Amino acid sequence: MTSATLAPEKLATPKTPKSLLGRKNAIVGIGWFILAILLKGRSTLPLNRSSLTSVQESLTNLSDAIDRNRNSNPFFLNVINKIRSSINAFVNLLQDAISQGSATRAVPQIGWLGVVAVIGLAVAVFASARAALLAVVGFVTLGLLGLWQESMDTLALTLAAVVLALLIGIPLGVLAGLYPRFEKLITPILDFAQVMPTFVYLTPVTLFFLIGPASATIVTLIYAIPPALRITTVAIRGVPWSTVEAAVSMGSTRWQALRKVQLPQAKRTIVVGINQTIMAALAMVTIAALIDAPGLGLVVVKALETLDVGRSFKAGLAIVIMAVVLDRSTTAAAERVQKDSMQQQTTAQKFGVASKWIGLLLTLVAIYISNIYLWASQFPGSGILGLKVASIADSSTGWIQLHLVNVTNGITDLFSYGLLNPIQSLLVNAPWYTTAAAIFVIGYLLKGFRLALIVVVCVATILISGLWSDSMVTLASTLVAALITVVLGIVVGTWVGRSLPVDRVLRPILDAGQVMPAFVYLVPFLGLFGATRFTAIMAAVVYASPAAIKLVADGVWGVPESITEAAISAGSNTWQLITKVQLPSARRAIALAINQGLIYVLAMVVVGGLVGAGGLGYLVVAGFSQENLKGKGLAAGVAIVMLGILIDRITQAIADRRDVHAKAVAT
Amino acid sequence: MVRKGAKRTSLVLLIAAASLVLAACGGAKVSSTSSAAASSSTSTPACGTFNLAVNPWVGYEADAAVVAYVAQTKLGCNVVKKNLSEEISWQGFATGEVDAILENWGHADLTKKYITEQKVAQDAGPTGNQGIIGWYVDPWLAQKYPDILDYKNLNKYASMFKTSESGSKGAFLDGDPSYVTNDEAIIKNLGLNFKVVYTGSEAALITAFRNGETQKKPVIGYFYEPQWFLSEVPLKHVALPPYTPGCDADPKTVACDYPPYPLNKVVSTKFATSGSPAYNLVKNFNWTNDDQNEVAKYIAQDKMTDDQAAKKWVDANPDKVAAWLAG
Repeated sequence: MTSATLAPEKLATPKTPKSLLGRKNAIVGIGWFILAILLKGRSTLPLNRSSLTSVQESLTNLSDAIDRNRNSNPFFLNVINKIRSSINAFVNLLQDAISQGSATRAVPQIGWLGVVAVIGLAVAVFASARAALLAVVGFVTLGLLGLWQESMDTLALTLAAVVLALLIGIPLGVLAGLYPRFEKLITPILDFAQVMPTFVYLTPVTLFFLIGPASATIVTLIYAIPPALRITTVAIRGVPWSTVEAAVSMGSTRWQALRKVQLPQAKRTIVVGINQTIMAALAMVTIAALIDAPGLGLVVVKALETLDVGRSFKAGLAIVIMAVVLDRSTTAAAERVQKDSMQQQTTAQKFGVASKWIGLLLTLVAIYISNIYLWASQFPGSGILGLKVASIADSSTGWIQLHLVNVTNGITDLFSYGLLNPIQSLLVNAPWYTTAAAIFVIGYLLKGFRLALIVVVCVATILISGLWSDSMVTLASTLVAALITVVLGIVVGTWVGRSLPVDRVLRPILDAGQVMPAFVYLVPFLGLFGATRFTAIMAAVVYASPAAIKLVADGVWGVPESITEAAISAGSNTWQLITKVQLPSARRAIALAINQGLIYVLAMVVVGGLVGAGGLGYLVVAGFSQENLKGKGLAAGVAIVMLGILIDRITQAIADRRDVHAKAVAT
Repeated sequence: MVRKGAKRTSLVLLIAAASLVLAACGGAKVSSTSSAAASSSTSTPACGTFNLAVNPWVGYEADAAVVAYVAQTKLGCNVVKKNLSEEISWQGFATGEVDAILENWGHADLTKKYITEQKVAQDAGPTGNQGIIGWYVDPWLAQKYPDILDYKNLNKYASMFKTSESGSKGAFLDGDPSYVTNDEAIIKNLGLNFKVVYTGSEAALITAFRNGETQKKPVIGYFYEPQWFLSEVPLKHVALPPYTPGCDADPKTVACDYPPYPLNKVVSTKFATSGSPAYNLVKNFNWTNDDQNEVAKYIAQDKMTDDQAAKKWVDANPDKVAAWLAG
């Protein structure tokens, strides 16, 4: 996955925009369409739900072989077990400190009062007073919801994963920043780690690392290391080479230049990387609950068993609060680093050194009190706020279902019969060689031989996995979801980008949409849209559109004032302003929104399998639950990764093409 | 100006610190207790740690609640509940992290792998619950068209079940993929005009049946007893050709109903040979579908905690519990 950087664009004079794809690609598309209809039903490579190809069977046999040799292989006994016990010890340390009792103690060492004080102090010192206030209020709310212990469990696990992810990711990121060849080597590995559905490697991880905190941490690590690594690489690259050269020319060694020049200058971006790593770790909270990771994710999963919308919403809200607090704190810390480097005065400096020491004293007292006294250890009250929140969630979803169900069913049928079924039957019934050839030609036209090669590798892997037909089903749903996401992104993003008050109101909602675990809104969606592919599409849209909206909003917001003023003074009305000035200038942002929207939608494929989407998502879940389908599930996971890489590279190429076109027009 | 502001802030904080310390000293202290002492007599052997897998359905949670409660309060065991899917629970036998699974639905593949081949697990007897899998429809539908409860009439009504997911055929809903189902083969071999729609999870299946009942939409799908949902919406069973031993031997030619599953318990060999009183409890544990549905209802609908629900049932059924603890 790419990090979204919006380079300031050379402005083309507002012309009627050419089609995003280009004339040649449109011809290929039409050609494919005609062939697909003519050759309908031939060589579609269908595969029954319970059938297995030989490749899939051999994958199952492979995992069985690993299973059998687990106890005797010296590699396992020495390396893997050592890793496991050290991670276990680390997590247990954190858990004993803040969330769980031990053999001799019914409660953790530091109770709620101590934790709140520590968080408040840490954020105030490293970030800002405002962020500290938000953090304290947020954490106290977690206790008021009646979910203190679960929140601390989640915090402990997240902290452990983030610390380890940074320990591994930052050094590797520095290496990748300095040596482009190394970066080229690890980029495919990172792509795999970020796109491969977690369900696929849940069972193997517990096979190696056993059930317990180690497995839960490692599952989270796999998803959290790529952001840390990638953003560190960008940070290192961002330091101008001239600065480094200057240092070297004044006599520092490369190592000194790294330590004293590059790393300090990259600090702000690295803090942004920490922010993204924390967000990635929190995203894994509910999945880790499937292998007995304690915390808020477990509350959500258990509530799902009885379709208890209220309780799962309560836990989901707690996850959102924790994510918002950690996000704002680390963002404020990044801004603080920026201010420090520009030597502006921060609020902490206004308060003076004395108050820092008193704050430390207060915190130590709070920790001590929370260690000794029960009232400061276990959060008081019985979570009445939480019960209220749960019952409000229950009654509102009940009301919505009662009154809107006809409307939502109508929408489901409209999209399914009108859009999804035609696209799906086209893709599934077209011969595989026709579709493969079309994608190959489009790739070559967009970016030449290199992209075409990637297309060949991805398509070949999908064919080898034996899941072409299911991949086409998933692709159809993905394309429809991406279409809705992009439309939402452009419409709402333009609105948000043009109006700052709207931005202020909508942004927290968008953040919540990205962080709220999908399991929470799955049950209400099932009630509204039924167990259909459309439900899966709606869930994907909820997850993907915040990113798309934010990207388009940033792009529209970035259109220079002078341009908009010139257009207005030349007599454009609002509609003309939007369609002929702001949107065309934000073209790169829109292309990026398409790219990111598709990637985010693909991330929801497995969740979609749990609500009726079928296709690859269902196969991954089935492989997780049925012994003899293990290989097929693994193959489905690989097919999802291949689709992801394919979509990512092609849409990126389209975005780059817009850049080139715009630059060519401007010169 | 900055110094004055800083001084004032420091003073405020100092006062706050002092008042906090004064106010905080008081109230109950955290005692360093050990876990609840066993009230059993000294003649029973020490129990130690008991690793109990808890699979993600409410019926199992009911089993686990009661067994854990009895093991903790009557045997003084340190019960460690692990929330795991079935696949990973069985894997835990091999690694020694799971001692017992309280409710196993068939799973011939896992039985073959871990009991027959690897010998790390063994059967610990039936739970007393009968698992009945079959085809079900909502009660309103059965009331309106009583003949729908026989498979021979299903083709007559097939178009009623059409949805956007099933093309031109009627939709037949399957649920969680952890159950091996024969529905595709049964539909094909009985010549029924239906298509299996894989909803992917129990939550999706239950929501479909629930909505079918409230919105009077025709829904047919695979379901099972014991299940907490049946006390909310009593689904009606559709009769397929009755099960005869061997009729489901070849998955491609299946054309009969599902056999009743005597649900059983599975324990690790290590646990069985350890002499722990918890093993005896697990071996002797058994109760009826009604018992399990009752505790499941406490947990799912009355929203009691596991321990509360277990305590309520145990207090009301002392003779059954005594039978488990004997011998």
